Amino acid sequence: MPREYRTIAEVAGPLMLVRKVEGVTFGELGEILLPSGEVRRCRVLEINGDNALVQLFESTVGINIAETRVRFLGRGLELPVSPDILGRVFDGMGHPADGGPDIIPERRLDVNGTPMNPAARNYPSEFIQTGVSAIDGLNTLVRGQKLPIFTGSGLPHAQLAAQIARQAKVRSADSKFAVVFAAMGITFEEADYFIRDFRRTGAIDRAVLFMNLANHPAIERISTPRMALTAAEYLAFTRGMHVLVIMTDITYYAEALREVSAARKEVPGRRGYPGYLYTDLATLYERAGRQKGKDGSITLIPILTMPEDDKTHPIPDLTGYITEGQIILSRDLHRRGIRPPIDVLPSLSRLKDKGIGKGKTREDHAQTMNQLFAAYARGKEAKELSVILGEAALSDVDRLYAKFAEAFEAEYVSQGYETERSIEETLDLGWKLLSLLPRTELKRIREEFLDRYYKERTS
Amino acid sequence: MQGSKTLSRGKILKVSGPLVVAEGMGDAEMFDVVRVSGQNLIGEIIEIHGDLASIQVYEETAGLGPGEPVVSTGAPLSVELAPGMMGEIFDGIQRPLEAIMAKVGNNITRGVQVDALDRTRQWEFVPVAQVGDRLVGGDILGTVQETVVVVHKVLVPPGVSGVLREIRAGSHTIVEPIAVVETEDGGRRELPMLQKWPVRIGRPHAGKISPERSMVTGQRSIDTFFPVARGGTAAVPGPFGSGKTVIQHQLAKWAEADIVVYIGCGERGNEMTDVLLEFPELTDPRTGESLMNRTVLIANTSDMPVAAREASIYTGITIAEYFRDMGYSVAIMADSTSRWAEALREMSGRLEEMPGEEGYPAYLGSRLAQFYERAGLVTCLGQERREGVLTAIGAVSPPGGDLSDPVAQATLRIVKVFWGLDSALAYRRHFPAINWLISYSLYADRVGEYMDRHVAPDWSALRALAMRLLQDEAELEEIVKLVGFDSLSAGDRLKLEAARSIREDFLHQNSYDPVDTYTSLPKQYRMLSLILRYYQEGTRALERGASFRALYDLPVRDGIARFKYIPEDEVDHEADRLDRALRDQVGAILPQGVM
Repeated sequence: MPREYRTIAEVAGPLMLVRKVEGVTFGELGEILLPSGEVRRCRVLEINGDNALVQLFESTVGINIAETRVRFLGRGLELPVSPDILGRVFDGMGHPADGGPDIIPERRLDVNGTPMNPAARNYPSEFIQTGVSAIDGLNTLVRGQKLPIFTGSGLPHAQLAAQIARQAKVRSADSKFAVVFAAMGITFEEADYFIRDFRRTGAIDRAVLFMNLANHPAIERISTPRMALTAAEYLAFTRGMHVLVIMTDITYYAEALREVSAARKEVPGRRGYPGYLYTDLATLYERAGRQKGKDGSITLIPILTMPEDDKTHPIPDLTGYITEGQIILSRDLHRRGIRPPIDVLPSLSRLKDKGIGKGKTREDHAQTMNQLFAAYARGKEAKELSVILGEAALSDVDRLYAKFAEAFEAEYVSQGYETERSIEETLDLGWKLLSLLPRTELKRIREEFLDRYYKERTS
Repeated sequence: MQGSKTLSRGKILKVSGPLVVAEGMGDAEMFDVVRVSGQNLIGEIIEIHGDLASIQVYEETAGLGPGEPVVSTGAPLSVELAPGMMGEIFDGIQRPLEAIMAKVGNNITRGVQVDALDRTRQWEFVPVAQVGDRLVGGDILGTVQETVVVVHKVLVPPGVSGVLREIRAGSHTIVEPIAVVETEDGGRRELPMLQKWPVRIGRPHAGKISPERSMVTGQRSIDTFFPVARGGTAAVPGPFGSGKTVIQHQLAKWAEADIVVYIGCGERGNEMTDVLLEFPELTDPRTGESLMNRTVLIANTSDMPVAAREASIYTGITIAEYFRDMGYSVAIMADSTSRWAEALREMSGRLEEMPGEEGYPAYLGSRLAQFYERAGLVTCLGQERREGVLTAIGAVSPPGGDLSDPVAQATLRIVKVFWGLDSALAYRRHFPAINWLISYSLYADRVGEYMDRHVAPDWSALRALAMRLLQDEAELEEIVKLVGFDSLSAGDRLKLEAARSIREDFLHQNSYDPVDTYTSLPKQYRMLSLILRYYQEGTRALERGASFRALYDLPVRDGIARFKYIPEDEVDHEADRLDRALRDQVGAILPQGVM
């Protein structure tokens, strides 16, 4: 039986100082036994001589110095896993939250994981068809990629994420597929939207859900994504499944981290977030990927709300430096009724080039993609200019570009949340739009593809 | 090496993330490497207070507790230098990642002990020096064909000199002695191929020389507009998604260097995997051999322990210096120095040092300067007085792309070339997204003189004209925004068209296109001169009464736009053809009677 300590000296915010401990190690998990009989969990953040500074995962309400006891378990935070976790709902600490029985563990895994050896990674290159043109055609997702959705409050990121979870498939392959969903600090309604959508499509049987809602303890959020990724790693690399992990909302996670950092009185980095926010986020995001000699994969779609729609805020900024691209939702497009309001220009998928082209999507994909980007960018500039100076101020060719940009938003991007387009439909639609422009303008496409696909509109 | 020195043995007192404080370390020296706990984790002493030593631990510290042993190795953090580095991928403290994978599987567990370089592999050593030769540090003992393209020169270590008494040709492992030198004091010194060098100390050379030639990269906006000299320093700052890593990869692939050391410092694991998978497939345009044969990779990905990130750039540059000392041209890419600075900040915070700007330690600037100053064109040690080149290119990832960031500012004070990446260009998929209005190269003048002499006499003149057109374009665009395109004179419209052509047909370069990914200097020259000839001929035609519309619609422009996709061996033919077509077509649109 581990020793119990009654030596709590300080409780402040989510932190607690326990004195006169022996044999306690860094990162060790502890249990706090309250006078009421309740048990809460904590983790050692710093050990200095016989003083242990611990961080609670739950609230400090009801803890008193005189009667509360602490015992250390000699191991880190672990998640019991077995194939039975599929179809189950857990709380943010990995306890069953659907009224079902406890998991009989096949094994217990340390939720912090270990860094993946870059020499052991397999480069993601299998095209995932999400059925969303703005993603498939222009910001292609591949298996094992981490591609976040940058959104703002009030934007329909949940609909888009649910659409991706519903429609995502790898063509040609018939493989085992699973969804791991981690809710961090979102409202009951938003979580319920996802659960209902998973139920409606039957995806719930292949899903594992970890729920830390807005009314649950904020500090618990620090472990929630690690629980979810541990479950995903188990399913992907032990069970050989292709796992799509959706984590929402990273912003709340980072705020929980800031809370702990502030309580420790650490030197803050930008906007009060700790200096190690980058490293911390990286230890989450980098767990996505593919491994040599393993069938499974982890594809990660974190959702994060940009405070004030500001992409340079530390959370989206640092995320963008770690993830392999980003899908950005635009408030302006949303107001104009473009559904999904994906702003394709600042959006990016870094891994797209290895996942598209002959044998993966279609030979003309890469060049039409570049041309669509360039044409849309020019069309948008032309439109802005015409707002200031009137359409008459545009050159003939710029007028065509402006028209192209309008049509591109209305037809290519705005497809609704229930439409599923195959990659061929998406590419053909691209050609249809490009044919609004004269052939000589399409400099980024090779002649052979122009000959094959370009049909000038006689208008 | 450590000889009779007593090694400190202490006990852990405190653990806080990657920082461990140990007591009983009174005899230890600053920056000594220590082994922490029974798991033998590697750490380095970064602060000493009396009996207490603060240690940054290069591996995850979970599970460590007070009382566990700490043992000093009595030597500072060093790299092993010998044949066997080419094509390898190492972590931040030179542990071979392939060997680790073979030993412990796909994830890196703690306390793995693997030799940096293979001790069992036999290398064919070919002597160069002869018995009886008087040798000094830096002289070549012999060579080993390490890969198809790299001849590894085994050097007399710096500081050793004397008369060669024995030299052993044939197959040897790196630890077997291959030479015996009788030193000045009459002692016998056995030299194996393996040398060690502490990473935080620059390897000595016989003096620096100011560079004058550019390192050809095949990237048009770099070679023509913002060249980096052989032995120079460059920085690529930019927000995420602006293509820093692609530029670094392009340089690693195509830069005119014998050896490339690529440091992935706190970046994505998949990027390293990409290099590992892609480089063996790519051929070096100069040697025709696989690029991996000349590449050494150092990877501390963002999920690997943060303390080793701080060490990774020193590990990388020490290896680069070692090859420089052989007389090679070495290019080192560090992606990204911001992550290195953040690692420095994290350790500084845990040491409770007084923070400077944005929480970075006050010594950030001087540490960065020390790193970049290790680059240069040098005379190597040794009687041969070889020239060695070390060119350093660092990516900077400023938050939000804001260049007022302390790391970006400290870097810009040191480096001579600045390739400023612009997210607006990246959104338009103009890659490389090097903004021509803010970027600069302090080598441009000296390199220009060299180009005029060796590539084409009007190289600098063309470059200057192109730069001026791009400047004018920026101003004209302001006017267009105010009063519309119609108000511009035909001459100004032509200027805009020419500038657009420079941007789209010259500066824009598709790194995924097999032809466009690399452009030789002669081709760059022909491309730019075609575009500018269109402008010059067009201006003359306008003066003679030709219409702008007719100039705009010239069919030859399509050929100029597609010139970038012309393979190198057809360049001259096609350029001559376009030259003629341009002259004929401009002649044809002149009003009748004007010639």
